[in-house]
Amino acid sequence: MTSSAPVDPTDEAAVEAAAAAAVAAIEGAASLDALAAVRRDHAGDRSPLALANRAIAGLDPHDKAAAGRRVGGARARVAAAATEREEVLRAERDQAVLATERIDVTLPTDRYPTGGRHPIRAITDRICDVFTAMGWGVAEGPEVEAEWLNFDALNFPPDHPAREMQDTLYVASRANEYDAAPGEAGSGSPARTGSGLVLRTHTSPVQIRAMLERTPPIYVICPGRVFRDDALDATHTPVFHQVEGLAVDRGLTMEHLKGTLDHLARAMFGPDSKTRLRPSFFPFTEPSAEMDVYFPDKKGGPGWVEWGGCGMVDPNVLTACGLDPAEYTGFAFGMGIERTLQFRHSVPDMRDMIEGDVRFTAAFSSEI
Amino acid sequence: MRAPLEWIREYADVPASLTVAEIVDAYTRVGLEVEAVHTVPETVGALIVGRVLAIEELTEFKKPIRFTRVDLGPGNGPDGGDEPRGIICGATNFAVGDAVIVALPGTVLPGGFEIAARKTYGHISDGMICSARELGIGDDHDGIVVLDRDAPIGTDARPLIGSDRDNGAVIEFSITPDRGYALSIRGLARELAAAFDAAYTDPADRPLREAGPGRDVQILDAARCARFVALEATGVDPAAPSPWRIRRRLAAAGVRSISLAVDVTNYVMIELGHPLHAFDAAKLDGGIVVRRATAGEALRTLDGADRTLSGDDVVVADRSRALSIAGVMGGEESEISPTTTDVVIEAASWDPPSISRTVRRHRLPSEAARRYERAVDPAISAIAAEAAGELLVRYAGGALGGRTDAGAVPQPAQVTMLASEPARLAGRYFSPETIAHRLAQVGCRVVDRVADQAEDGAADRAATGAGRAFDVTPPSWRPDLTRPADLVEEITRLEGYDTIIPILPAAPAGTGLTPAQRRRRRVAADLAAAGLTEVLSFPFMGAADLDAFGLPVDDVRRSAVRLANPLDVDRPLMATTLLPALAATVLRNLSRGARDLALFEIGQVVRPAPGAPIAPALGVETRPAPADLERLFAAVPSQPMHVAVIATGRWERAGWWGPGRPAEAADVLGLARRIGDVCGVPVTLESAEYASWHPGRCAAIRADGEIVGHAGELHPAVVERVGLPARTLALELDLSALGVPAPPVPPAVSPFPPVHLDVALVVDSAVDAGTVTAALRDGGGEMVESVRLFDVYTGDQIPDGKKSLAFSLLVRAADRTLTAAEATTVRDAAIAAVARRTGAELRA
Repeated sequence: MTSSAPVDPTDEAAVEAAAAAAVAAIEGAASLDALAAVRRDHAGDRSPLALANRAIAGLDPHDKAAAGRRVGGARARVAAAATEREEVLRAERDQAVLATERIDVTLPTDRYPTGGRHPIRAITDRICDVFTAMGWGVAEGPEVEAEWLNFDALNFPPDHPAREMQDTLYVASRANEYDAAPGEAGSGSPARTGSGLVLRTHTSPVQIRAMLERTPPIYVICPGRVFRDDALDATHTPVFHQVEGLAVDRGLTMEHLKGTLDHLARAMFGPDSKTRLRPSFFPFTEPSAEMDVYFPDKKGGPGWVEWGGCGMVDPNVLTACGLDPAEYTGFAFGMGIERTLQFRHSVPDMRDMIEGDVRFTAAFSSEI
Repeated sequence: MRAPLEWIREYADVPASLTVAEIVDAYTRVGLEVEAVHTVPETVGALIVGRVLAIEELTEFKKPIRFTRVDLGPGNGPDGGDEPRGIICGATNFAVGDAVIVALPGTVLPGGFEIAARKTYGHISDGMICSARELGIGDDHDGIVVLDRDAPIGTDARPLIGSDRDNGAVIEFSITPDRGYALSIRGLARELAAAFDAAYTDPADRPLREAGPGRDVQILDAARCARFVALEATGVDPAAPSPWRIRRRLAAAGVRSISLAVDVTNYVMIELGHPLHAFDAAKLDGGIVVRRATAGEALRTLDGADRTLSGDDVVVADRSRALSIAGVMGGEESEISPTTTDVVIEAASWDPPSISRTVRRHRLPSEAARRYERAVDPAISAIAAEAAGELLVRYAGGALGGRTDAGAVPQPAQVTMLASEPARLAGRYFSPETIAHRLAQVGCRVVDRVADQAEDGAADRAATGAGRAFDVTPPSWRPDLTRPADLVEEITRLEGYDTIIPILPAAPAGTGLTPAQRRRRRVAADLAAAGLTEVLSFPFMGAADLDAFGLPVDDVRRSAVRLANPLDVDRPLMATTLLPALAATVLRNLSRGARDLALFEIGQVVRPAPGAPIAPALGVETRPAPADLERLFAAVPSQPMHVAVIATGRWERAGWWGPGRPAEAADVLGLARRIGDVCGVPVTLESAEYASWHPGRCAAIRADGEIVGHAGELHPAVVERVGLPARTLALELDLSALGVPAPPVPPAVSPFPPVHLDVALVVDSAVDAGTVTAALRDGGGEMVESVRLFDVYTGDQIPDGKKSLAFSLLVRAADRTLTAAEATTVRDAAIAAVARRTGAELRA
């Protein structure tokens, strides 16, 4: 249909017929191209209804309004039909084309390797977050530490067997401390050297530094790496990590110690967790306790696992730091991170944590 | 400390119905850690005490075999009769008349060993005479168990081997250093009685025999030896055996039976906790002298070792020479021998630190030293010596003689404790009655001041508790109780730590992590996000590591702190750089099959400052003076926080997208910039030659004008010596050296359109892109918003020794749309600056 007989705009039957023909042609269009041709013929400038519309201008003014409504309505119906048909045809075409553009979404995407934090660091951060959320600070200190800070100020008397509880790595005296000449081999020499320095055996010297550098109230958590002259096996490593806590304030008691430990246990091991204190001995606390944690997900069923040590800060420690034990009391606690990780994640061999095998770390996500 | 439960029960009157598990729980609750409980495995069936009536030696076999006839009492003979049984036995350590333990046919010994009457060595063996190992009460299998001759023949043997109660339980304790008194049955029974509020009998509470003075004793070093008791026993039978009860208890406690004289000293040591030493009186040259050893003095100890003594060791000597290392180990020469008939029993109080030093110096731990290092009750020295002497003469005849008691018993100092003190530390309230009761249980003498001075009008104070106080005199065996806090622990542990109600304390509001801590977390998280894996290495190194890493003699990284007793003798130095240990971790992963690795570590390194002061020896009685603290802190070497990276293999993996790409220097150089960016401290890279790195592929990382680290490709010689794959890359940066940035101020963001300009410049090959980039920025001025190098070209159209660098410049004004002429002016100024600095020419 290229051109058609003009339609009289006043002839309602003719207008309706032209509109019906247009709608039929639109609905019969099989493709977007065919629809475009139908539109040209039935809705274009030279289409019967367009011509009829133009013819309205020449009508008797008396007839113009009715003819305008009649032709306009017909054209609107045709246009709506075309729009509707176009949507249908577009959808059909999109479906066909997009189907050919399908990709395999299961192809590997590991173009770049996935990295990861070491779980010891990740769990340490998590513990620090628990405490900073309560307003505590995170205090840190050096790993090569003054013996006075590691032992004396913590109420380890010289020659007391308590110092033997912690097999210490000592720094050699000044005479041979410096300058590892090329090609020189090391040699073991007896402990207690007179350098006045040790590899810290616990993070407790950080507590001493905190008490020397701050004034109460002091609430700090002290994470870090510590050293003991110990053999490496599945449950021991000579280089390991601890997190210790120290609170010094007016009116602190063992109740607060226990409340803090219970809170940490719940944060680390779930809402059903809790702690148990067993009397014990540490030179730097009095009263002292070992701490067990009730671990609901313990391998082989819920139960108590030894977690760390704690107690009320020994008055001698407060005194050595210039704090009056009659005015202030404090509590302190500490636990091994490796050990925590070991039973929290059922790691059978502690060596896996320290050897740096990427397969071990890859098993942990950054949320630990 | 291994303690037979039946021995403890002898002095702690706890209900017989208490199970071993309940007892172990109670010990744990009061603070004595139980490491293990050993029990005697069950024997099912008849285990009867018998007497050997006759021994027939059978000589026709390869080893000695005896056919014995054993009286087992009425009804235990063959067929339930009274006749003796014939039993074959391979042991020879018994004689006619000895009492032995016989398992009758049908009895099943531990391990499922069922006894049957059977024909062996030509005789019917109608039962078995048992050894300690067969009964499960010890390791001894050299002979059978020989009981005392007066053992009750025909009765069940289980009471004699202790398995009739609590399965013969022996509790193994791990005793903390403050509780020396618990290294004894005396102390353990006291704790058990207190735990159950049961009656306690002190085994040391016994009358002391009246005795005249004995051997002359001179204490020349009273600071090291408070008291020395020497008790004489004469005319004892050296061949007298130790009674079965002593042998069995010693075996259960893990002590070997030696001879009666030695066994009784060990027996009393375990029961009372007071070590004793027995000398052969015949070997002593006159009186006893307690003195310091002379430096270099020689002594052969009874373990057969020749010891060279120090002037700090204390010895027990006679007129002519040292006899023993005081409190640690006896000498071989004066020890009890099979001919000893006259014995001197020593019971002394030694200074604990002195004993500790001697033990460490000679690496000579002993049961005696373990007790002396902690605490030995100085009040019972004479009692302990008499207890041992009494046992000796009871079983070996002879008589006790004179007893010399030199020195004095140190008196424990009184501690005054406010009645409110326990609540101040423990948090919960204890009534004055509870406080007094618990302190009395541990042996303290308690005087309640209010109760004593009721007439003093203090009844009001007593009602409120205000000002009420106790005067507490600790017992002689508790030198650890010197302050109120020590007493609070005793009260609280006996009342139970589980009675303390948890309360979460309210800390003052905080400000979270420090900037340095936030920085470390961000760097670690960012490196992990960039695909690197964090590792933690041991921070030790050896000179060989530094040689392998190619450090020159004067390199600052060779100035290291040395350990006196390193874990690994080849790595006695504290790491000054993270790279050697990180490389070892890389090598470990490679050896396990990994190929593509990018590892990082964040950790402290130790950088000693030559000439730093030596850490002063400070007291602990008060806070050290400011100057002393300053010296102390200055003595501790600087330990900056480093981050290090080592990468090898592919940075981008091979896959369906292509062959991947090996890690290259640009990757770690990019990490250096990334680290600077996440720290908020922009870093610049510049060519550098630095030991360990490839001289042409190393960048110094500069922040705020200071070099803070290096990155690039490792030196091929280093790679080869260390054993890393070719082209391994490394970065090490001092995070502590990056300054804390001021809060960033963002630029005013211009809403006007930019002008994009491309510029290609030809420069000498040696000119770094960074120099050109900086010149373009400087020359172009503030309208240059960004400069991006998008191509580096060398080839046909460029002269030899030159390269073309193509840059994309983005030029924009803050306040208007630039005209083409203005943009060209900026561009020309930028190019001119490059030309001035590098002689660059615009590429034709």
